[in-house]
Amino acid sequence: MLPDLPQAGLIELYRVMLAMRRFEEALILATKSGVSVGHFHVYIGQECTGAPALSLLRPDDTIFTTHRNHGHVLGRGADPGRVLAEIMGRATGYNSGKGGTLHITARELGVLPTSAVVGGVVPLATGAAFAAKQKGSDAVCVCLFGDGVLEEGAFYEAINLASLWTLPVIYLCENNSEGAIAGGFPGSTIAARSLTDLPAAFRIPARAVDGADAGEVHGVVKEAIRRARAGEGPSFIEARTVRWPGSRPLWPDLLTGETDLSCAWDAARIPESHGDWHRSQDGLLRFTREILQAGRVTTGEILALDEAVRSRMQQAVRFAVDSPYPAPETAFDGVFAQ
Amino acid sequence: MREISYAEAKVEALREIMEADERVCLIGSYFLGLSPRRVLMNQLREQFSARIFDPPISEMGFCGLAVGAAMTGMRPIVDIATASFVFNAFPQIVNEAANVHYMTGGQVPVPIIFHLLHGLRGGGAAQHSHSPQAMLWNTPGLEIALPASPYDVKGLLKTAARSANPTIFVDHARLFEVKGPVPEGEYDIPFGQADVKRSGSDVTLVATSLMVQVALRAAADLAAKGIEAEVVDLRTIVPLDKATLLASVAKTGRVVIVDECHRSCGVAAEISAIIAEEAFHCLKAPIRRVTTPDVPIPASPLLEKHIEPTAEKVAAAVQEAVK
Repeated sequence: MLPDLPQAGLIELYRVMLAMRRFEEALILATKSGVSVGHFHVYIGQECTGAPALSLLRPDDTIFTTHRNHGHVLGRGADPGRVLAEIMGRATGYNSGKGGTLHITARELGVLPTSAVVGGVVPLATGAAFAAKQKGSDAVCVCLFGDGVLEEGAFYEAINLASLWTLPVIYLCENNSEGAIAGGFPGSTIAARSLTDLPAAFRIPARAVDGADAGEVHGVVKEAIRRARAGEGPSFIEARTVRWPGSRPLWPDLLTGETDLSCAWDAARIPESHGDWHRSQDGLLRFTREILQAGRVTTGEILALDEAVRSRMQQAVRFAVDSPYPAPETAFDGVFAQ
Repeated sequence: MREISYAEAKVEALREIMEADERVCLIGSYFLGLSPRRVLMNQLREQFSARIFDPPISEMGFCGLAVGAAMTGMRPIVDIATASFVFNAFPQIVNEAANVHYMTGGQVPVPIIFHLLHGLRGGGAAQHSHSPQAMLWNTPGLEIALPASPYDVKGLLKTAARSANPTIFVDHARLFEVKGPVPEGEYDIPFGQADVKRSGSDVTLVATSLMVQVALRAAADLAAKGIEAEVVDLRTIVPLDKATLLASVAKTGRVVIVDECHRSCGVAAEISAIIAEEAFHCLKAPIRRVTTPDVPIPASPLLEKHIEPTAEKVAAAVQEAVK
């Protein structure tokens, strides 16, 4: 379903989803054309979770995320050129080439350091919520992570603290294991049959939603943020999505091709391979169908918006590729703050 | 100048820090361990009840929470209490706090203090007696302070509280009753300034924390035998004051390093390597180390005493060095 948003908000949400998708397609294409970036994790297929969730935040709110952060960083308004430059190890990247894909940080946008250690961000995000509360602010922190985090002890220590101290944190678990783990989810690596049972045992309200349903995500995250701002404490949301086939190989690959948005309105364009992905699993195509069916946009407007986003990403790739590498001696800079 | 105990100087520093900066909060509040002096913390608890938090037994959770708070504008002082418990928080201290400023390209400082009580405390056995400062020194991005006197504990804690970096404040419960002169109010001990606690010409004793007191006792005993030992208290190992260390080595030509870490890759090992690299030409005798040997700490008092770095062992090492 569509989020309950005015026209401008809905179009902006769609633009952010498209930016997340076209950014990573551009990144993968750049690697195929010989730009060396090393290994990275992609967000493709989870746009309908991150975009609506992050659209609900204020500038003074903070987020902590993980190795699968590209979509989140863009969702807070980061410059795609500087994000790509960081992924490509360039001096113009957000972290001056010190962080790479795993640690993209944009402090002025409330994007705190992403931790690539599974579970690492959960205590950190809980601490940002603690700081907001101590300062007497009603700012909140959104902690984004994958389902693997619930296999780490740090998760349980942190959510216990958040519940005991009634901290304004939203734990947004993006469960993208369906299609990634043999035998479906829950898989063979966690004994619990329902992830929401676990935070519930710590008296944290926990909801599972369809992560490819932007409207459902929007509504549930909105309520969690309201609770946090009102001083009612933490919430846990499990957003379930199907793992994009292209992120199943060790190195991301455009197995479903560059997204053809016309698949949303012209079934004849859906390719035979990965048909289920195009027909029902891809949240971006689903959202495209929903705004069309609701009469909120025309196919022409969609294609024009997409063209503008793709052009922006081409510009970002050129900026990153043309950017210099950091001077070698800067490897010694910044171990300590002055 | 008034003389007060180490424990009093430490609590005075905490109080002045909290009065001066509202961003400071205490996560965990033992600081004086289970010593009789711990009642000194009661007044602090009353004065700052809204800024002192007693967390659950979750070192990784509350250390990580404090790191996140430090990244977003607070200045937490975290009491891990027994230093051995820092291992439970290594993911958040070693892999998050230490890396954040660097890996964000300098965007996000982490102004936080982790307080530890290290070393032998009598009956602590293998799991409550660690001196993890050398392990932490092997992690770029952490400042490490090790006070050894009432004057130093107050001054170094003040400097740690002003630092923009994560600081490991490595303390020792056996120092709490040491008495010495401490000014009232503010004074400055910059990090990276070693202190020559005793001047001498025959041998340099290098030490930190409680081992400074051990070295001073050994130096007094040696003086009675006509050997004048210089005692260099490093005070901080990150940053390290190489100039003072090497100047003393150049003066005496003989070095005994006293260190409560286990011998292999301990603080003494690194100090020894630095002297060998940078002052080899000054040495008149091999560098000697008095350390805790490479065995887990045994429980029985007699066994523990047998492995403890003592003033007698230091004096014996000096006798070898000056032969």
